[in-house]
Amino acid sequence: MEMYRSHVMICRGTGCTSSNSEQIVKNFEEEIKKHGIENEITVERTGCFGLCALGPIVIIYPEASFYSLVKPEDVEEIVKEHLVKGRVVKRLLYAESVDGDTIKSINDVEFYKKQYRIALKNCGVINPEDIDEYIAFDGYKALEKVLTSMKPEEVVDTIKRSGLRGRGGGGFSTGMKWDFTAKAAGDKKYVLCNADEGDPGAFMDRSVLEGDPHSVIEAMAIAGYAVGSNQGYIYCRAEYPIAVKRMTIAIMQAREYGLLGKNILGTGYEFDLEIRLGAGAFVCGEETALIASIEGERGMPRPRPPFPAIKGLFGKPTLLNNVETYANICQIILNGAEWFASMGTEKSKGTKVFALGGKINNTGLVEIPMGTTMREIVFEIGGGIPEGKKFKAAQTGGPSGGCIPAEHLDVPIDYDNLIALGSMMGSGGLIVMDEDNCMVDIARFFLDFTDDESCGKCTPCREGTKRMLEILEKIAEGKGEMSDIDKLENLAKNIKASALCGLGQTAPNPVLSTLKYFKDEYVAHIKDKKCPAGVCTALLNYIVIDEKCKSCGICAKQCPVNAISGQKGVPYLIDTEKCIKCGACLSKCPFKAIYKG
Amino acid sequence: MTELEFKEKMEKLEEIIKDHRHQDGPLMPVLHETQELFGYIPEDAQKRIALGLNVPMAEIYGVATFYSRFTLKPRGKYTISICLGTACYVRNAQAIIEKFQDELKVEPGATSEDGIFTLEATRCLGCCGLAPVAMIGEDVYGKLVPEDVPGIIKKYRD
Repeated sequence: MEMYRSHVMICRGTGCTSSNSEQIVKNFEEEIKKHGIENEITVERTGCFGLCALGPIVIIYPEASFYSLVKPEDVEEIVKEHLVKGRVVKRLLYAESVDGDTIKSINDVEFYKKQYRIALKNCGVINPEDIDEYIAFDGYKALEKVLTSMKPEEVVDTIKRSGLRGRGGGGFSTGMKWDFTAKAAGDKKYVLCNADEGDPGAFMDRSVLEGDPHSVIEAMAIAGYAVGSNQGYIYCRAEYPIAVKRMTIAIMQAREYGLLGKNILGTGYEFDLEIRLGAGAFVCGEETALIASIEGERGMPRPRPPFPAIKGLFGKPTLLNNVETYANICQIILNGAEWFASMGTEKSKGTKVFALGGKINNTGLVEIPMGTTMREIVFEIGGGIPEGKKFKAAQTGGPSGGCIPAEHLDVPIDYDNLIALGSMMGSGGLIVMDEDNCMVDIARFFLDFTDDESCGKCTPCREGTKRMLEILEKIAEGKGEMSDIDKLENLAKNIKASALCGLGQTAPNPVLSTLKYFKDEYVAHIKDKKCPAGVCTALLNYIVIDEKCKSCGICAKQCPVNAISGQKGVPYLIDTEKCIKCGACLSKCPFKAIYKG
Repeated sequence: MTELEFKEKMEKLEEIIKDHRHQDGPLMPVLHETQELFGYIPEDAQKRIALGLNVPMAEIYGVATFYSRFTLKPRGKYTISICLGTACYVRNAQAIIEKFQDELKVEPGATSEDGIFTLEATRCLGCCGLAPVAMIGEDVYGKLVPEDVPGIIKKYRD
């Protein structure tokens, strides 16, 4: 392998790529050539570093200098100063990594300090399109260990003892799943990877596929050995073109190296993989619907039992795990079940990746040991709420989950605690909401989502979510009655108890949890006909602040329905009957003399 | 699409069917490639797939209408997907989609009169760090404000 004195790592995940990181790569290559140091320095395209809000991100090793929000025109200076003269360009560093005269490495800044990376271990560290780099970081060593020194039962036992639970949402014991499939009778078995990441607001699976595709391939090959299968499928969202491309390249390289296909590593073990694309149906994240989709049917769930471990894809025993679950496997094999089980809480071991989004400063991906509190995630790692606004709730579990209010910020996060709070881990989306978000509106948003994505097979979900959505819309329009709250609760209970699959059974959760913690907002909409957060348009009025109004008349000219009248010298007046609440006046008033409330 | 172009594409479809015929569960991959080839899944193509894969037309129609990525009507040259995932929603993606609606004079799900753009509200694109986000083809636009919209449309229209 070539030796270089400096490594320039440039993020080519979806986030940074959309902020023009490919141009930055090109500029680096050009500038480095211009200075004639191309034999000393290498430029690598890597996966996601996690701090997407500050992309494009460039990390230069060995110093681990953390450059953020880099523009193509900054590259010339970085090469000239940092790479040629060895002087870090302070101005372009991530602000928090500069502390007076000392410069912190990426590992010491607040965002990364509390993180512990297992699933994301190689993301941002290696070039995902180069199998040699993966191998250099212990890649395929776990597969070798398993094939040459472990029996299939020992592999299953190791995963069981590690305490790893499914990272896709359900939280079922991974080892148990492997055990069921291994023990199921059948000549042909399948190993599936659920990469149909549907939870709006979660993107850790995409980052793993983009940043470290071989870790998933290797884990699936190990799973195949453990359960007795030689064919795997990765079911990936078609909305992730970069992930699909990198995965395709990785599979080809693994085949070339004899790490997939017949007689792997000379042991006689055979395993191969195929990618299948989803086509934009959220319900296909449900295991039986995903199986139906690969078979070429409408992605509708099937009743369980029989569970896929007994009768799955093409009627054969099938093991199905999610991307992040697989991303933990190789590390467990290499470091041992005890190592993994030493992290986390009593019933939730290891780490979990969360996608921080919404009203939070450091949006991006974080991997933290189970048991970290929500406060640490939001305020220490996440850097708090922008513009000094007040934290209202953190939403986890997407459309199947719920909101966690400020009073529960100090609860250690694990599967069981989140369920006790009326939410769930889900796949790890964590959306922060501030005082400007209306909880009735959020509940309506999620029900709109599940209503739209309900496959229509069972009545409780198809009809029930629609009725719940109608009631929420009625409340948001100010036409609600207090009895609607009871109706919502009643419907929710029935849907949860009777829907066919996880989508329906969890669809009422966003309503139940907002009712539990933010009932006052529902009451304000129903009784006072007010939206306290100022979101629900029908309940808003645009009002002129008399003291600030200079009677310039700009607002009246902007109003498309002539609802504003006035004359020189007296404050203008908005006729709330005529007003269509378009907001044109508010955005055009030069004196900020109009508010909505 | 002229008649000749259509005929050529139907010939390509033959190859697609041949490539996948012996695979397990061939329907989804064939529909994906058909959608890409024609920009939609025409009735003639459905008939051809039915014969080639030995699957009833009704089933193909059922599958093609179940998934949002498959369309039975021609799409615009560019599909503009506005993310309405949670992270984008709480960062006011609604204003972005409304601005696109205003500028293009189309409702979500429809194609502009000149046939260039299809506007679409989509589920999470996985770029939550850049919310609110839109995707055109494979280009992702992040941290959008409504004022960005006319410029983006212009880029593709020219």
